[in-house]
Amino acid sequence: MKLPTLREVSTEARLLLIGIPVFVWTMVPIYHMFLFAISPKEDAFSGKFWPDHPTLHNFEIVFREQHYFLRDFYIQFWNSLVIAAAVGALTLFVATAAAFSISRLRVPGGRFVMNLALFTYFIPAAFLAVPMYRTMATYGLLNNHWSLILAMVTIASPYAIWVLKQASDKLPVELDEAAVVDGATTLQIFRLVYLPLMMPSLVAIGTYAVLLAWNEYLYAFLLLSNDRDITLPVALGNFLAADDSPWELLMTTGFIYALPPAAIYYAFKRYMVGGLTAGAVKS
Amino acid sequence: MAITVSASDNALPGAPLSARLTPPQVWGIVLLAPYLLVFLAFVLYPVGYGLWLARQPSSYVALAHDPIFARAAVNTLIFLVIGINLKMLIALFLSGFFVQERRWIKWLSVIFILPWAVPSIPTILSVRFMLNPEWGMVNQLIFKFTGDDGPNWLNDPSVALAMAIGVHIWKSLPFWTLILITGRLAISHDLFEAAAVDGATFWQKFRYITWPSMQTLYVTCTLLSMIWTLGDFNSVYLLTGGGPADLTHVLSTLGIRYLRLDQLNLAMASIVCAMPLVLPLVYFMMKRLSR
Repeated sequence: MKLPTLREVSTEARLLLIGIPVFVWTMVPIYHMFLFAISPKEDAFSGKFWPDHPTLHNFEIVFREQHYFLRDFYIQFWNSLVIAAAVGALTLFVATAAAFSISRLRVPGGRFVMNLALFTYFIPAAFLAVPMYRTMATYGLLNNHWSLILAMVTIASPYAIWVLKQASDKLPVELDEAAVVDGATTLQIFRLVYLPLMMPSLVAIGTYAVLLAWNEYLYAFLLLSNDRDITLPVALGNFLAADDSPWELLMTTGFIYALPPAAIYYAFKRYMVGGLTAGAVKS
Repeated sequence: MAITVSASDNALPGAPLSARLTPPQVWGIVLLAPYLLVFLAFVLYPVGYGLWLARQPSSYVALAHDPIFARAAVNTLIFLVIGINLKMLIALFLSGFFVQERRWIKWLSVIFILPWAVPSIPTILSVRFMLNPEWGMVNQLIFKFTGDDGPNWLNDPSVALAMAIGVHIWKSLPFWTLILITGRLAISHDLFEAAAVDGATFWQKFRYITWPSMQTLYVTCTLLSMIWTLGDFNSVYLLTGGGPADLTHVLSTLGIRYLRLDQLNLAMASIVCAMPLVLPLVYFMMKRLSR
Protein backbone atom coordinates (compact mmCIF):
# COMPACT_ATOMS: atom_id res chain seq x y z
CA MET A 1 0.00 0.00 0.00
CA LYS A 2 1.29 3.42 -1.00
CA LEU A 3 1.14 6.13 1.61
CA PRO A 4 -0.51 9.36 0.39
CA THR A 5 1.93 12.18 -0.21
CA LEU A 6 1.82 15.35 1.82
CA ARG A 7 0.46 17.19 -1.19
CA GLU A 8 -2.45 14.76 -1.56
CA VAL A 9 -3.26 15.03 2.11
CA SER A 10 -3.33 18.80 1.99
CA THR A 11 -5.58 18.80 -1.10
CA GLU A 12 -7.95 16.40 0.63
CA ALA A 13 -7.94 18.53 3.78
CA ARG A 14 -8.78 21.65 1.80
CA LEU A 15 -11.66 19.86 0.09
CA LEU A 16 -12.97 18.75 3.46
CA LEU A 17 -12.67 22.30 4.71
CA ILE A 18 -15.17 23.29 2.02
CA GLY A 19 -17.29 20.14 2.16
CA ILE A 20 -18.04 20.14 5.87
CA PRO A 21 -19.42 23.72 6.03
CA VAL A 22 -21.46 23.02 2.88
CA PHE A 23 -22.95 19.95 4.54
CA VAL A 24 -23.77 21.79 7.76
CA TRP A 25 -25.24 24.81 5.94
CA THR A 26 -27.45 22.57 3.81
CA MET A 27 -28.69 20.32 6.57
CA VAL A 28 -29.26 22.67 9.52
CA PRO A 29 -32.77 23.96 8.63
CA ILE A 30 -33.88 20.51 7.49
CA TYR A 31 -32.45 18.77 10.54
CA HIS A 32 -34.04 21.38 12.77
CA MET A 33 -37.40 20.62 11.19
CA PHE A 34 -36.89 16.89 11.68
CA LEU A 35 -35.75 17.45 15.27
CA PHE A 36 -38.97 19.30 16.07
CA ALA A 37 -41.03 16.58 14.43
CA ILE A 38 -39.63 13.89 16.77
CA SER A 39 -39.49 16.04 19.94
CA PRO A 40 -42.10 16.48 22.62
CA LYS A 41 -42.91 20.15 23.11
CA GLU A 42 -40.59 20.66 26.14
CA ASP A 43 -37.60 19.14 24.34
CA ALA A 44 -38.24 21.11 21.16
CA PHE A 45 -38.06 24.43 22.98
CA SER A 46 -34.94 23.55 25.00
CA GLY A 47 -32.41 23.94 22.17
CA LYS A 48 -31.05 20.39 22.37
CA PHE A 49 -29.45 18.71 19.36
CA TRP A 50 -31.26 15.48 20.08
CA PRO A 51 -34.40 15.15 22.21
CA ASP A 52 -34.20 13.35 25.58
CA HIS A 53 -37.29 11.38 24.65
CA PRO A 54 -37.62 11.08 20.87
CA THR A 55 -41.17 10.23 19.96
CA LEU A 56 -43.50 9.76 17.02
CA HIS A 57 -46.35 11.23 19.04
CA ASN A 58 -46.44 14.40 16.88
CA PHE A 59 -47.05 12.31 13.78
CA GLU A 60 -49.85 10.52 15.59
CA ILE A 61 -51.50 13.85 16.42
CA VAL A 62 -51.21 15.00 12.82
CA PHE A 63 -52.52 11.75 11.33
CA ARG A 64 -55.44 11.71 13.78
CA GLU A 65 -56.14 15.44 13.20
CA GLN A 66 -56.07 15.91 16.99
CA HIS A 67 -55.41 19.64 17.03
CA TYR A 68 -57.37 22.74 16.18
CA PHE A 69 -54.96 23.65 13.36
CA LEU A 70 -54.99 20.14 11.98
CA ARG A 71 -58.66 19.35 11.84
CA ASP A 72 -58.70 19.46 8.02
CA PHE A 73 -55.29 17.88 7.45
CA TYR A 74 -56.46 15.09 5.14
CA ILE A 75 -58.68 17.24 2.99
CA GLN A 76 -55.90 19.82 2.67
CA PHE A 77 -53.42 17.12 1.72
CA TRP A 78 -55.92 15.86 -0.85
CA ASN A 79 -56.40 19.41 -2.21
CA SER A 80 -52.64 19.78 -2.68
CA LEU A 81 -52.51 16.42 -4.41
CA VAL A 82 -55.43 17.03 -6.78
CA ILE A 83 -54.24 20.52 -7.70
CA ALA A 84 -50.67 19.37 -8.34
CA ALA A 85 -51.87 16.47 -10.49
CA ALA A 86 -54.24 18.71 -12.46
CA VAL A 87 -51.54 21.32 -13.04
CA GLY A 88 -49.12 18.61 -14.21
CA ALA A 89 -51.63 17.13 -16.65
CA LEU A 90 -52.91 20.45 -18.02
CA THR A 91 -49.43 21.94 -18.38
CA LEU A 92 -48.27 18.87 -20.27
CA PHE A 93 -51.28 19.06 -22.57
CA VAL A 94 -51.02 22.80 -23.27
CA ALA A 95 -47.24 22.86 -23.62
CA THR A 96 -46.82 19.71 -25.69
CA ALA A 97 -49.50 20.84 -28.13
CA ALA A 98 -47.93 24.29 -28.42
CA ALA A 99 -44.37 22.99 -28.79
CA PHE A 100 -45.44 20.48 -31.47
CA SER A 101 -47.29 23.21 -33.30
CA ILE A 102 -44.44 25.71 -33.14
CA SER A 103 -41.50 23.41 -33.67
CA ARG A 104 -42.80 20.62 -35.94
CA LEU A 105 -45.74 22.15 -37.82
CA ARG A 106 -44.08 25.57 -38.05
CA VAL A 107 -47.42 27.28 -37.69
CA PRO A 108 -47.50 30.91 -38.92
CA GLY A 109 -46.92 33.21 -35.98
CA GLY A 110 -45.38 30.42 -33.94
CA ARG A 111 -42.27 32.41 -33.23
CA PHE A 112 -44.39 35.30 -32.01
CA VAL A 113 -46.25 33.01 -29.58
CA MET A 114 -42.92 31.61 -28.39
CA ASN A 115 -41.79 35.13 -27.61
CA LEU A 116 -45.03 35.84 -25.75
CA ALA A 117 -44.46 32.73 -23.68
CA LEU A 118 -40.85 33.68 -22.96
CA PHE A 119 -42.00 37.14 -21.94
CA THR A 120 -44.49 35.61 -19.51
CA TYR A 121 -41.72 33.41 -18.13
CA PHE A 122 -39.81 36.55 -17.17
CA ILE A 123 -42.63 38.31 -15.34
CA PRO A 124 -41.77 37.88 -11.65
CA ALA A 125 -44.46 35.61 -10.20
CA ALA A 126 -45.25 37.87 -7.25
CA PHE A 127 -45.89 40.78 -9.61
CA LEU A 128 -48.33 38.83 -11.77
CA ALA A 129 -50.10 37.68 -8.60
CA VAL A 130 -51.65 41.10 -7.95
CA PRO A 131 -53.57 41.52 -11.23
CA MET A 132 -54.16 37.75 -11.36
CA TYR A 133 -56.00 37.89 -8.05
CA ARG A 134 -58.26 40.62 -9.33
CA THR A 135 -58.85 38.80 -12.62
CA MET A 136 -59.83 35.60 -10.84
CA ALA A 137 -62.32 37.63 -8.84
CA THR A 138 -63.74 39.02 -12.10
CA TYR A 139 -64.05 35.49 -13.50
CA GLY A 140 -65.79 34.44 -10.27
CA LEU A 141 -63.18 31.76 -9.61
CA LEU A 142 -61.92 32.89 -6.18
CA ASN A 143 -62.04 30.11 -3.57
CA ASN A 144 -62.40 27.63 -6.38
CA HIS A 145 -59.64 25.12 -7.04
CA TRP A 146 -59.76 26.00 -10.72
CA SER A 147 -58.37 29.46 -9.98
CA LEU A 148 -55.19 27.99 -8.51
CA ILE A 149 -54.94 25.29 -11.16
CA LEU A 150 -55.27 27.78 -14.02
CA ALA A 151 -52.91 30.27 -12.39
CA MET A 152 -50.25 27.58 -11.94
CA VAL A 153 -50.71 26.35 -15.53
CA THR A 154 -50.18 29.94 -16.66
CA ILE A 155 -46.95 30.13 -14.71
CA ALA A 156 -45.65 26.66 -15.57
CA SER A 157 -46.45 26.49 -19.28
CA PRO A 158 -44.09 29.17 -20.71
CA TYR A 159 -41.02 27.37 -19.42
CA ALA A 160 -42.55 24.03 -20.37
CA ILE A 161 -43.18 25.18 -23.94
CA TRP A 162 -39.69 26.58 -24.20
CA VAL A 163 -37.95 23.43 -22.97
CA LEU A 164 -40.15 21.19 -25.12
CA LYS A 165 -39.56 23.37 -28.16
CA GLN A 166 -35.79 23.18 -27.65
CA ALA A 167 -36.05 19.40 -27.34
CA SER A 168 -38.28 18.95 -30.37
CA ASP A 169 -36.10 21.18 -32.53
CA LYS A 170 -33.41 18.52 -32.05
CA LEU A 171 -35.55 15.72 -33.54
CA PRO A 172 -34.62 15.22 -37.22
CA VAL A 173 -37.20 16.65 -39.59
CA GLU A 174 -36.79 13.54 -41.81
CA LEU A 175 -38.86 11.59 -39.28
CA ASP A 176 -41.93 13.69 -40.00
CA GLU A 177 -41.27 13.62 -43.72
CA ALA A 178 -40.96 9.83 -43.73
CA ALA A 179 -44.21 9.52 -41.78
CA VAL A 180 -45.97 11.82 -44.24
CA VAL A 181 -44.72 9.71 -47.16
CA ASP A 182 -46.18 6.66 -45.41
CA GLY A 183 -49.50 8.48 -45.35
CA ALA A 184 -49.60 9.43 -41.67
CA THR A 185 -51.95 12.25 -40.68
CA THR A 186 -50.74 15.09 -38.51
CA LEU A 187 -52.37 13.62 -35.43
CA GLN A 188 -50.81 10.23 -36.09
CA ILE A 189 -47.38 11.85 -36.33
CA PHE A 190 -48.07 13.60 -33.04
CA ARG A 191 -49.23 10.46 -31.28
CA LEU A 192 -47.00 7.77 -32.81
CA VAL A 193 -43.77 9.60 -33.69
CA TYR A 194 -43.56 12.77 -31.61
CA LEU A 195 -44.83 11.75 -28.18
CA PRO A 196 -42.72 8.57 -27.80
CA LEU A 197 -39.54 10.40 -28.83
CA MET A 198 -40.24 13.27 -26.45
CA MET A 199 -40.88 11.03 -23.44
CA PRO A 200 -37.81 12.00 -21.35
CA SER A 201 -38.56 15.73 -21.73
CA LEU A 202 -42.23 15.13 -21.00
CA VAL A 203 -41.35 13.34 -17.76
CA ALA A 204 -39.10 16.24 -16.77
CA ILE A 205 -41.74 18.86 -17.58
CA GLY A 206 -44.54 16.93 -15.88
CA THR A 207 -42.42 16.62 -12.76
CA TYR A 208 -41.52 20.30 -12.92
CA ALA A 209 -45.16 21.37 -13.13
CA VAL A 210 -46.30 19.02 -10.37
CA LEU A 211 -43.56 20.19 -8.01
CA LEU A 212 -44.20 23.84 -8.84
CA ALA A 213 -47.88 23.48 -7.97
CA TRP A 214 -47.29 21.37 -4.87
CA ASN A 215 -44.76 23.88 -3.51
CA GLU A 216 -46.67 27.05 -4.38
CA TYR A 217 -47.54 29.25 -1.44
CA LEU A 218 -48.28 32.80 -2.63
CA TYR A 219 -50.96 32.06 -5.23
CA ALA A 220 -52.58 29.41 -3.06
CA PHE A 221 -52.81 31.80 -0.16
CA LEU A 222 -54.25 34.60 -2.28
CA LEU A 223 -56.74 32.57 -4.29
CA LEU A 224 -58.06 30.10 -1.71
CA SER A 225 -59.23 30.90 1.78
CA ASN A 226 -61.78 28.45 3.18
CA ASP A 227 -60.22 25.95 5.57
CA ARG A 228 -61.53 23.05 3.55
CA ASP A 229 -60.39 24.46 0.19
CA ILE A 230 -56.83 25.51 0.99
CA THR A 231 -53.72 23.50 0.23
CA LEU A 232 -51.21 22.30 2.82
CA PRO A 233 -48.71 25.18 2.49
CA VAL A 234 -51.45 27.71 3.19
CA ALA A 235 -52.51 25.67 6.20
CA LEU A 236 -48.89 25.74 7.41
CA GLY A 237 -48.82 29.52 7.04
CA ASN A 238 -52.06 29.77 9.04
CA PHE A 239 -50.33 28.15 12.03
CA LEU A 240 -48.55 31.47 12.50
CA ALA A 241 -51.82 33.29 13.09
CA ALA A 242 -51.83 32.16 16.73
CA ASP A 243 -49.43 33.52 19.32
CA ASP A 244 -48.90 30.13 20.93
CA SER A 245 -48.41 28.21 17.69
CA PRO A 246 -47.73 24.51 18.24
CA TRP A 247 -44.38 24.65 16.44
CA GLU A 248 -43.63 20.98 16.94
CA LEU A 249 -46.86 20.12 15.08
CA LEU A 250 -46.19 22.75 12.44
CA MET A 251 -42.77 21.24 11.78
CA THR A 252 -44.20 17.70 11.76
CA THR A 253 -46.83 18.67 9.20
CA GLY A 254 -44.18 20.53 7.22
CA PHE A 255 -41.96 17.47 7.29
CA ILE A 256 -44.77 15.25 5.97
CA TYR A 257 -45.54 17.87 3.32
CA ALA A 258 -41.89 18.07 2.23
CA LEU A 259 -41.45 14.32 1.77
CA PRO A 260 -43.41 13.73 -1.49
CA PRO A 261 -41.65 16.44 -3.53
CA ALA A 262 -38.24 15.34 -2.28
CA ALA A 263 -39.06 11.73 -3.17
CA ILE A 264 -40.37 12.70 -6.61
CA TYR A 265 -37.35 14.86 -7.24
CA TYR A 266 -34.89 12.10 -6.43
CA ALA A 267 -36.92 9.50 -8.33
CA PHE A 268 -36.88 11.59 -11.51
CA LYS A 269 -33.52 13.22 -10.91
CA ARG A 270 -31.89 11.92 -14.05
CA TYR A 271 -34.69 13.36 -16.20
CA MET A 272 -34.82 16.60 -14.22
CA VAL A 273 -31.12 17.37 -14.41
CA GLY A 274 -30.83 16.51 -18.09
CA GLY A 275 -34.11 18.05 -19.19
CA LEU A 276 -34.28 21.14 -17.05
CA THR A 277 -30.78 22.43 -16.42
CA ALA A 278 -29.90 22.10 -20.09
CA GLY A 279 -33.00 24.06 -20.94
CA ALA A 280 -32.87 26.51 -18.07
CA VAL A 281 -29.98 28.52 -19.36
CA LYS A 282 -28.73 28.29 -22.88
CA SER A 283 -25.43 30.05 -23.25
CA MET B 1 -38.91 43.57 -28.13
CA ALA B 2 -37.52 41.57 -31.03
CA ILE B 3 -40.72 39.96 -32.12
CA THR B 4 -41.17 38.88 -35.70
CA VAL B 5 -44.22 37.25 -37.18
CA SER B 6 -43.12 34.74 -39.75
CA ALA B 7 -45.95 34.64 -42.25
CA SER B 8 -46.15 31.50 -44.28
CA ASP B 9 -44.33 31.92 -47.56
CA ASN B 10 -46.89 30.39 -49.85
CA ALA B 11 -49.77 32.49 -48.62
CA LEU B 12 -51.88 33.77 -51.48
CA PRO B 13 -53.26 37.17 -50.66
CA GLY B 14 -56.98 37.43 -51.22
CA ALA B 15 -57.85 33.73 -51.02
CA PRO B 16 -60.14 32.70 -48.12
CA LEU B 17 -58.21 31.73 -45.01
CA SER B 18 -59.22 28.06 -45.04
CA ALA B 19 -58.02 27.65 -48.62
CA ARG B 20 -54.63 29.16 -47.86
CA LEU B 21 -53.85 26.79 -45.02
CA THR B 22 -52.61 23.24 -45.42
CA PRO B 23 -54.05 20.60 -43.03
CA PRO B 24 -50.89 20.60 -40.85
CA GLN B 25 -51.21 24.36 -40.51
CA VAL B 26 -54.83 24.03 -39.44
CA TRP B 27 -53.73 21.50 -36.84
CA GLY B 28 -50.93 23.85 -35.85
CA ILE B 29 -53.43 26.57 -35.06
CA VAL B 30 -55.73 24.16 -33.22
CA LEU B 31 -52.87 22.86 -31.09
CA LEU B 32 -51.60 26.34 -30.37
CA ALA B 33 -55.05 27.52 -29.30
CA PRO B 34 -55.00 26.16 -25.70
CA TYR B 35 -51.90 28.12 -24.83
CA LEU B 36 -53.16 31.23 -26.59
CA LEU B 37 -56.36 31.03 -24.55
CA VAL B 38 -54.39 30.67 -21.32
CA PHE B 39 -52.22 33.61 -22.35
CA LEU B 40 -55.13 35.87 -23.26
CA ALA B 41 -57.22 35.06 -20.19
CA PHE B 42 -54.54 34.89 -17.53
CA VAL B 43 -51.64 37.03 -18.75
CA LEU B 44 -52.77 39.63 -21.27
CA TYR B 45 -56.05 40.54 -19.64
CA PRO B 46 -54.70 40.74 -16.05
CA VAL B 47 -51.60 42.68 -17.10
CA GLY B 48 -53.64 45.09 -19.22
CA TYR B 49 -56.19 45.52 -16.48
CA GLY B 50 -53.43 46.05 -13.92
CA LEU B 51 -51.74 48.70 -16.05
CA TRP B 52 -55.08 50.42 -16.50
CA LEU B 53 -55.51 50.46 -12.71
CA ALA B 54 -52.06 51.99 -12.34
CA ARG B 55 -52.77 54.86 -14.74
CA GLN B 56 -53.61 57.57 -12.19
CA PRO B 57 -50.77 59.89 -11.21
CA SER B 58 -52.31 60.17 -7.74
CA SER B 59 -51.25 56.56 -7.01
CA TYR B 60 -47.62 57.47 -7.62
CA VAL B 61 -47.91 60.56 -5.45
CA ALA B 62 -49.32 58.38 -2.68
CA LEU B 63 -46.47 55.90 -3.18
CA ALA B 64 -43.87 58.64 -3.05
CA HIS B 65 -45.31 59.73 0.29
CA ASP B 66 -45.31 56.22 1.72
CA PRO B 67 -42.01 55.68 3.58
CA ILE B 68 -42.57 51.92 3.41
CA PHE B 69 -42.34 52.07 -0.37
CA ALA B 70 -39.00 53.89 -0.36
CA ARG B 71 -37.66 51.42 2.16
CA ALA B 72 -38.94 48.47 0.13
CA ALA B 73 -37.29 49.83 -3.03
CA VAL B 74 -33.95 50.15 -1.23
CA ASN B 75 -34.34 46.70 0.30
CA THR B 76 -35.07 45.23 -3.12
CA LEU B 77 -31.91 46.79 -4.54
CA ILE B 78 -29.84 45.46 -1.63
CA PHE B 79 -31.42 42.05 -2.09
CA LEU B 80 -30.58 42.02 -5.79
CA VAL B 81 -27.18 43.66 -5.88
CA ILE B 82 -25.64 42.13 -2.79
CA GLY B 83 -27.71 38.96 -2.38
CA ILE B 84 -27.62 37.74 -5.95
CA ASN B 85 -23.98 38.55 -6.61
CA LEU B 86 -22.95 36.89 -3.38
CA LYS B 87 -25.03 33.84 -4.27
CA MET B 88 -23.60 33.58 -7.78
CA LEU B 89 -20.02 33.96 -6.55
CA ILE B 90 -20.57 31.17 -4.03
CA ALA B 91 -22.22 29.06 -6.73
CA LEU B 92 -19.25 29.65 -9.04
CA PHE B 93 -16.86 28.64 -6.29
CA LEU B 94 -18.86 25.58 -5.25
CA SER B 95 -19.26 24.41 -8.84
CA GLY B 96 -15.47 24.14 -8.88
CA PHE B 97 -15.64 22.11 -5.69
CA PHE B 98 -18.34 19.73 -6.91
CA VAL B 99 -16.56 18.82 -10.16
CA GLN B 100 -13.74 17.25 -8.13
CA GLU B 101 -13.91 13.50 -8.58
CA ARG B 102 -14.35 11.98 -5.14
CA ARG B 103 -16.92 9.50 -3.99
CA TRP B 104 -17.84 11.57 -0.92
CA ILE B 105 -18.29 14.72 -3.01
CA LYS B 106 -20.74 12.79 -5.23
CA TRP B 107 -22.75 11.94 -2.12
CA LEU B 108 -22.51 15.47 -0.81
CA SER B 109 -23.86 16.81 -4.11
CA VAL B 110 -26.92 14.59 -3.72
CA ILE B 111 -27.57 16.04 -0.26
CA PHE B 112 -26.70 19.54 -1.42
CA ILE B 113 -29.74 19.57 -3.75
CA LEU B 114 -32.17 19.08 -0.84
CA PRO B 115 -32.97 22.79 -0.20
CA TRP B 116 -34.07 23.12 -3.80
CA ALA B 117 -36.00 19.83 -3.81
CA VAL B 118 -38.04 20.43 -0.66
CA PRO B 119 -40.77 23.10 -0.47
CA SER B 120 -39.67 26.40 0.99
CA ILE B 121 -42.52 26.95 3.46
CA PRO B 122 -41.57 24.43 6.17
CA THR B 123 -37.84 25.08 5.86
CA ILE B 124 -38.17 28.86 6.04
CA LEU B 125 -40.46 28.52 9.05
CA SER B 126 -37.87 26.19 10.55
CA VAL B 127 -35.22 28.92 10.18
CA ARG B 128 -37.67 31.42 11.62
CA PHE B 129 -37.99 29.42 14.80
CA MET B 130 -34.24 28.81 15.00
CA LEU B 131 -33.81 32.59 15.13
CA ASN B 132 -36.44 33.06 17.85
CA PRO B 133 -34.72 35.18 20.51
CA GLU B 134 -35.96 33.14 23.50
CA TRP B 135 -36.61 29.61 22.31
CA GLY B 136 -34.59 29.39 19.12
CA MET B 137 -31.63 27.07 18.88
CA VAL B 138 -29.21 29.80 17.77
CA ASN B 139 -29.65 31.98 20.83
CA GLN B 140 -29.74 29.00 23.19
CA LEU B 141 -26.36 27.96 21.78
CA ILE B 142 -25.00 31.48 22.19
CA PHE B 143 -26.21 31.46 25.78
CA LYS B 144 -24.67 28.05 26.44
CA PHE B 145 -21.22 29.08 25.20
CA THR B 146 -20.96 32.73 26.21
CA GLY B 147 -23.57 33.15 28.93
CA ASP B 148 -24.90 36.19 27.08
CA ASP B 149 -28.29 36.65 25.46
CA GLY B 150 -28.03 36.52 21.69
CA PRO B 151 -29.31 39.31 19.45
CA ASN B 152 -32.99 39.60 18.65
CA TRP B 153 -32.35 38.49 15.07
CA LEU B 154 -35.59 39.28 13.32
CA ASN B 155 -36.33 42.44 15.27
CA ASP B 156 -33.48 44.45 13.78
CA PRO B 157 -34.42 45.45 10.23
CA SER B 158 -30.94 45.17 8.71
CA VAL B 159 -30.18 41.85 10.40
CA ALA B 160 -33.63 40.56 9.46
CA LEU B 161 -33.09 41.53 5.82
CA ALA B 162 -29.68 39.85 5.87
CA MET B 163 -31.34 36.72 7.24
CA ALA B 164 -33.96 36.84 4.47
CA ILE B 165 -31.14 37.07 1.93
CA GLY B 166 -29.51 34.11 3.67
CA VAL B 167 -32.71 32.09 3.37
CA HIS B 168 -32.97 33.00 -0.30
CA ILE B 169 -29.38 31.90 -0.87
CA TRP B 170 -29.96 28.68 1.06
CA LYS B 171 -32.94 27.86 -1.12
CA SER B 172 -31.64 28.70 -4.59
CA LEU B 173 -27.87 28.14 -4.32
CA PRO B 174 -28.13 24.42 -5.30
CA PHE B 175 -29.96 25.21 -8.52
CA TRP B 176 -27.43 27.75 -9.75
CA THR B 177 -24.50 25.62 -8.63
CA LEU B 178 -25.94 22.77 -10.66
CA ILE B 179 -26.19 24.98 -13.75
CA LEU B 180 -22.64 26.24 -13.34
CA ILE B 181 -21.42 22.65 -12.85
CA THR B 182 -22.86 21.73 -16.26
CA GLY B 183 -21.04 24.79 -17.61
CA ARG B 184 -17.76 23.66 -16.12
CA LEU B 185 -18.15 20.08 -17.31
CA ALA B 186 -18.60 21.36 -20.86
CA ILE B 187 -15.06 22.76 -20.90
CA SER B 188 -12.67 20.47 -22.73
CA HIS B 189 -10.36 18.62 -20.37
CA ASP B 190 -7.47 18.92 -22.81
CA LEU B 191 -7.19 22.63 -22.09
CA PHE B 192 -6.49 21.99 -18.42
CA GLU B 193 -4.01 19.24 -19.21
CA ALA B 194 -2.14 21.48 -21.62
CA ALA B 195 -2.11 24.25 -19.01
CA ALA B 196 -0.81 21.81 -16.39
CA VAL B 197 2.02 20.82 -18.72
CA ASP B 198 2.89 24.49 -19.09
CA GLY B 199 2.96 24.79 -15.31
CA ALA B 200 -0.06 27.06 -14.93
CA THR B 201 -1.13 27.86 -11.38
CA PHE B 202 -4.62 27.24 -10.06
CA TRP B 203 -5.49 30.90 -10.44
CA GLN B 204 -4.10 31.10 -13.97
CA LYS B 205 -6.21 28.09 -15.01
CA PHE B 206 -9.29 29.82 -13.68
CA ARG B 207 -8.41 33.19 -15.15
CA TYR B 208 -7.49 32.00 -18.67
CA ILE B 209 -9.53 28.82 -19.18
CA THR B 210 -12.50 28.48 -16.83
CA TRP B 211 -13.69 32.07 -16.69
CA PRO B 212 -13.55 32.87 -20.43
CA SER B 213 -15.60 29.77 -21.24
CA MET B 214 -18.10 30.40 -18.47
CA GLN B 215 -18.58 34.15 -18.37
CA THR B 216 -21.55 34.25 -20.75
CA LEU B 217 -23.31 31.55 -18.77
CA TYR B 218 -22.44 33.28 -15.51
CA VAL B 219 -23.82 36.64 -16.62
CA THR B 220 -26.97 35.03 -18.02
CA CYS B 221 -27.52 33.18 -14.76
CA THR B 222 -27.00 36.33 -12.72
CA LEU B 223 -29.54 38.31 -14.74
CA LEU B 224 -32.06 35.48 -14.73
CA SER B 225 -31.65 35.08 -11.00
CA MET B 226 -32.23 38.82 -10.54
CA ILE B 227 -35.52 38.68 -12.46
CA TRP B 228 -36.72 35.68 -10.46
CA THR B 229 -35.60 37.12 -7.17
CA LEU B 230 -37.76 40.19 -7.80
CA GLY B 231 -40.66 37.75 -7.57
CA ASP B 232 -39.34 35.99 -4.46
CA PHE B 233 -42.14 36.49 -1.99
CA ASN B 234 -41.54 33.57 0.37
CA SER B 235 -38.05 34.37 1.68
CA VAL B 236 -39.11 37.69 3.11
CA TYR B 237 -42.77 37.11 3.88
CA LEU B 238 -42.39 33.80 5.69
CA LEU B 239 -39.29 34.83 7.62
CA THR B 240 -40.08 38.37 8.73
CA GLY B 241 -43.58 39.05 7.40
CA GLY B 242 -42.15 42.40 6.25
CA GLY B 243 -41.57 43.39 9.85
CA PRO B 244 -40.38 44.78 12.17
CA ALA B 245 -42.52 47.86 11.54
CA ASP B 246 -42.74 47.07 7.78
CA LEU B 247 -39.02 47.82 7.41
CA THR B 248 -37.95 44.63 5.63
CA HIS B 249 -40.48 44.63 2.78
CA VAL B 250 -39.26 44.11 -0.75
CA LEU B 251 -41.34 45.12 -3.77
CA SER B 252 -42.92 41.69 -4.13
CA THR B 253 -44.17 41.54 -0.54
CA LEU B 254 -45.16 45.22 -0.61
CA GLY B 255 -47.39 44.68 -3.65
CA ILE B 256 -49.15 41.85 -1.85
CA ARG B 257 -49.42 43.97 1.30
CA TYR B 258 -51.23 46.72 -0.62
CA LEU B 259 -53.42 44.08 -2.21
CA ARG B 260 -54.38 42.71 1.20
CA LEU B 261 -55.17 46.24 2.35
CA ASP B 262 -57.47 46.57 -0.68
CA GLN B 263 -55.29 49.30 -2.22
CA LEU B 264 -55.08 47.67 -5.60
CA ASN B 265 -54.04 50.81 -7.47
CA LEU B 266 -51.10 51.29 -5.08
CA ALA B 267 -50.16 47.63 -5.51
CA MET B 268 -50.08 48.00 -9.28
CA ALA B 269 -48.30 51.36 -9.11
CA SER B 270 -45.54 49.87 -6.95
CA ILE B 271 -45.11 47.08 -9.52
CA VAL B 272 -45.02 49.58 -12.38
CA CYS B 273 -42.26 51.41 -10.49
CA ALA B 274 -40.17 48.22 -10.69
CA MET B 275 -40.52 48.07 -14.48
CA PRO B 276 -37.49 50.28 -15.27
CA LEU B 277 -35.51 47.57 -13.49
CA VAL B 278 -37.37 44.58 -14.90
CA LEU B 279 -37.81 45.49 -18.55
CA PRO B 280 -34.12 45.94 -19.48
CA LEU B 281 -33.36 42.60 -17.83
CA VAL B 282 -36.26 40.94 -19.64
CA TYR B 283 -35.27 42.51 -22.95
CA PHE B 284 -31.72 41.27 -22.54
CA MET B 285 -32.82 37.77 -21.58
CA MET B 286 -35.32 37.55 -24.44
CA LYS B 287 -32.64 38.52 -26.93
CA ARG B 288 -30.37 35.89 -25.51
CA LEU B 289 -32.88 33.05 -25.26
CA SER B 290 -35.16 33.51 -28.25
CA ARG B 291 -32.43 32.88 -30.79
